[in-house]
Amino acid sequence: MQADYAIIGGGVVGLAAGWGLIRRGQKVIVIDGEDGSFRASRGNFGLVWVQSKGLGAPHYARWSQRSARLWHDFAAELGAASNTDLCLEQRGGYDFHLDEASLAAKVRQYEMLREELGGNYPFEVLRSNALRREEPEIGPKVAGAILHHQDGHVNPLRLLRALAADIVARGGHILSGEHVEDVSQPDGFRLTCRSGRVVEAGKIVLSAGLGAMTLGPKLGFKAPVRPQRGQVLITEKLPKMMNRPSGIIRQVDEGGIQIGDSKEEVGLDDRTTIDTTATIAARAVAVMPGLARAQLVRSWGALRVMSPDGLPIYQKSRTMPGAALVTCHSGITLAAAHARLLPAWLEGADDAPDLEKFSEQRFS
Amino acid sequence: MNSAFRDLTPAQQLVPVTLDGDELMLPDGANLAAALLAYGVGVFRGTPVSGAPRAPYCMMGACFDCLIELHGVTRQACMTQVQAGLVITKPKGRDHADG
Amino acid sequence: MQMVDLAVIGAGPAGMTAATMAAGAGLSVVVLDEQPAPGGQIYRAVASGGTARADILGKDYVEGAVLVQGLLASTARHERGAVVWDIAPLDEGFEITFSQESGPSRVAARRLVLATGALERPIPVPGWTLPGVMTAGAGQILLKASGVVAGSAVLAGSGPLLYLLAIQMSRAGAPPLAIVETQSWRDQLRATPRVLGALRGWRTLFKGFGLLAELRGHAIRRITGARNLAIIGTGRAEGLQFTTKGRTQQISCDTVLLHQGVVPNTQASRALGLEHDWHHGQRAFVPRTDIWGESTHRGIFVIGDGAGIAGAKAAVPAGELAALQIAHQAGALDKATRDKKAGAPRKRLEAERSLRPFLEAAYPVAAQVLAPADTTMVCRCEEVTAGEVRKWAALGCKGPNQTKAFGRVGMGPCQGRYCGLTVTEILARSHDMPHSAVGSYRIRMPLKPVTLGELALLEPTDAAE
Ligand SMILES: Cc1cc2nc3c(=O)[nH]c(=O)nc-3n(C[C@H](O)[C@H](O)[C@H](O)COP(=O)(O)OP(=O)(O)OC[C@H]3O[C@@H](n4cnc5c(N)ncnc54)[C@H](O)[C@@H]3O)c2cc1C
Ligand SMILES: Cc1cc2nc3c(=O)[nH]c(=O)nc-3n(C[C@H](O)[C@H](O)[C@H](O)COP(=O)(O)OP(=O)(O)OC[C@H]3O[C@@H](n4cnc5c(N)ncnc54)[C@H](O)[C@@H]3O)c2cc1C
Ligand code: FES
Repeated sequence: MQADYAIIGGGVVGLAAGWGLIRRGQKVIVIDGEDGSFRASRGNFGLVWVQSKGLGAPHYARWSQRSARLWHDFAAELGAASNTDLCLEQRGGYDFHLDEASLAAKVRQYEMLREELGGNYPFEVLRSNALRREEPEIGPKVAGAILHHQDGHVNPLRLLRALAADIVARGGHILSGEHVEDVSQPDGFRLTCRSGRVVEAGKIVLSAGLGAMTLGPKLGFKAPVRPQRGQVLITEKLPKMMNRPSGIIRQVDEGGIQIGDSKEEVGLDDRTTIDTTATIAARAVAVMPGLARAQLVRSWGALRVMSPDGLPIYQKSRTMPGAALVTCHSGITLAAAHARLLPAWLEGADDAPDLEKFSEQRFS
Repeated sequence: MNSAFRDLTPAQQLVPVTLDGDELMLPDGANLAAALLAYGVGVFRGTPVSGAPRAPYCMMGACFDCLIELHGVTRQACMTQVQAGLVITKPKGRDHADG
Repeated sequence: MQMVDLAVIGAGPAGMTAATMAAGAGLSVVVLDEQPAPGGQIYRAVASGGTARADILGKDYVEGAVLVQGLLASTARHERGAVVWDIAPLDEGFEITFSQESGPSRVAARRLVLATGALERPIPVPGWTLPGVMTAGAGQILLKASGVVAGSAVLAGSGPLLYLLAIQMSRAGAPPLAIVETQSWRDQLRATPRVLGALRGWRTLFKGFGLLAELRGHAIRRITGARNLAIIGTGRAEGLQFTTKGRTQQISCDTVLLHQGVVPNTQASRALGLEHDWHHGQRAFVPRTDIWGESTHRGIFVIGDGAGIAGAKAAVPAGELAALQIAHQAGALDKATRDKKAGAPRKRLEAERSLRPFLEAAYPVAAQVLAPADTTMVCRCEEVTAGEVRKWAALGCKGPNQTKAFGRVGMGPCQGRYCGLTVTEILARSHDMPHSAVGSYRIRMPLKPVTLGELALLEPTDAAE
């Protein structure tokens, strides 16, 4: 098989970039791993989130904001093309605090970032009464919440499906159940899969999530990513209980309350544990006491794709010109930027965004 | 109510419960799903996805189609025993959930 | 937390036997079962049903009382109404979390026996979600545990359970209107060469012939070779429609009891990540076990129907074998004694298993169930059709975890119990892949739903604020 671009990894990062490239007239093949491979795109929280991103790194805050701004148009276009409602809502999101001290500390951080961003950081603090007017289910243990108006959420699985469907509808190819083992560049690129299958392409995008740990060095990247586990809970479908999402609790469009998530350094282990799920449940019940009666239907662990500083990596290979590494730990938030802005950077076009600060050089 | 089921051993101790606010008498200690079916309850709930009507399918705690609310908590009727004073609500399903 | 020598999950014939024997060998044993009384599916409520029900259910059913008495007389601790919802391997042994009416508890055990039995095979036919449609097993459970019987029912599908249930309903004075069977005389013919092998399980086989004879006595209408089963009715079942010999017929009824055989309940064995193999005859995944029932994970045994369908008569010797090996591993039984005692149960187990190839051939799963029509719902919980699953397969989904992410099939409260095998069958066909390569859902905790309030009670104390 031959293409202009071979995308290694069909998670939300690879599919968003691939979709954007097709939209610009490129021929694209996406190669994606097995049914059981680690897939952050299948286990994430679904937030299109700005607050708390880029504390001490305003360029990352700006990049997240830019993507959040593009999300509305992106969702409309992709939704219409694939006949899918992505259930995007961008009416703000909360950060709940059980004590005054942690709330005050967060507010100070946000105020600093707001200054660095020239004032574009619209958040407000809601205290008990104001908060309960917005969210009547919030319990008395919550001291207050930060409401950030640039936040929102989306159905991340529908996003994944819509991207795949529209890539295929526009003539792209998705090869799943194939694991790229080796890449050579005799002339163009030659990708060899574990099954023996060979794919040829002019350029490649390495968006294999944690798969970049092994494949990256073969392509001349450091790819310093590591797994970080998050455990997430989902309840039975419930009548509407929340008007906006928070960083730890949100009501998904189908009705379930999704609760997360932990941050654990446990290597390539995506199991759940009672200690952590119980802690997550206890925190959720403290925030919304009514949840105590909700039935937990399922829990899962998923592995984040983390760089050392938590920021995305966009890097073009020096040893294999035409290969690019794209990875991030907020692939949902950044999906709009990856679909709309990144393709120009991959092509080296004039309208490419400046992503210099996100290169791997920062880790040397 | 007219039931599609027959109770072969009806001479049991009956206790009062409420179903959607109405009082009815069910056999003490009986399997709740079986007791409701024998009483003539044909539909247990509407689904949260489409609102479609459902009733017990497997009777062994595996299919989750017999879900009802007991004192506000969703439970499998087929895994519950009748006790005096149970407050049972039939989940209304989607149209309601969208509220 | 206390640590026992053995935890047994499931108090059916397999689990009761293993627990009683292991306790007899001096091991500390806890038995967890979500039902209010021991007995499992076949001997459900055996201790409480009374003699009237015994007359209806037959002599076999009463045999279960002996197993129940054995368990209750043993030193094994039996936890009633205990829903097991998490099992986690520890450095040594396992930790099991379960809920009873009083709340959640945890128990640690050096070894684990999974004896969680069988589930009815998913039967995705048009209308199978309508109120009034149940499994044949459900019809039998109503009779066994509650003395409740459907007044105007049609039994449909295939397998000996349909005959047994028809007889039990007839004895109860409520014979079904008809038995509509999907297997044909061709299937029966194909099965005949296997009768010879099945003769080793002659006791059970003859009982089957006895069943058929009694069934004839009850003069119940039987239709075989039925295809295109569909339940008709708006809002509830009003009848069964099917085709035989090219003609479409309908039978009006209030209740349709469906059956296509039973399959291993692998929720716990999957959640633990045990290796499973595709069993072609049973068209289901079975956990891989050795001759003692030990799985690919040391210290975890899987026995009874959960390890591959072989029936209650096979569940007892399987329980004995597991108990012998567990006692041996725990140092309570030397190798020679273990091997000497293993001879008899092993023979009985083999004999019972030898019957299966015959039954599998004589009562094959209906084609419409293995490859449901596009418009037929396969996932009852999330209301997803076969056509949708095929559409996602065409988008590149090669496994059930991918179709699940794309369209929620398998995401509801039943966690794929009643759609998992169907989705595997559909994907295997769509991609022309072996079932083993397609695989199955990743099962996660909780095995059964638990309230957040209950889960929160287990918060480690040092993490509490
Ligand atoms: C618990 C949790 C919560 C999260 N919440 C949010 C959130 O609310 N908002 C947000 O924006 N982000 C969130 N994220 C992060 C987000 O999910 C990830 O940034 C994103 O999914 C990463 O996508 P990816 O495509 O890089 O990786 P993945 O989804 O992991 O995809 C990588 C793909 O590459 C394939 N692959 C790997 N190696 C190879 C190979 N050699 N050959 C072929 N294919 C290969 C794999 O099969 C896989 O499908 C969360 C993550 C987690 C774990
Ligand atoms: C509905 C039904 C009806 C049947 N009727 C007949 C019949 O009439 N005649 C016949 O010969 N065979 C019948 N069978 C087959 C028969 O049940 C089995 O052959 C036999 O019971 C197998 O015994 P077992 O010990 O393996 O499992 P079972 O007897 O099924 O016991 C498994 C036990 O595990 C418990 N369990 C499962 N999961 C959990 C959990 N997470 N937590 C706590 N407890 C759990 C269950 O409550 C159950 O009591 C039927 C099967 C089914 C499913
Ligand atoms: S009827 Fe299936 S779970 Fe109760």
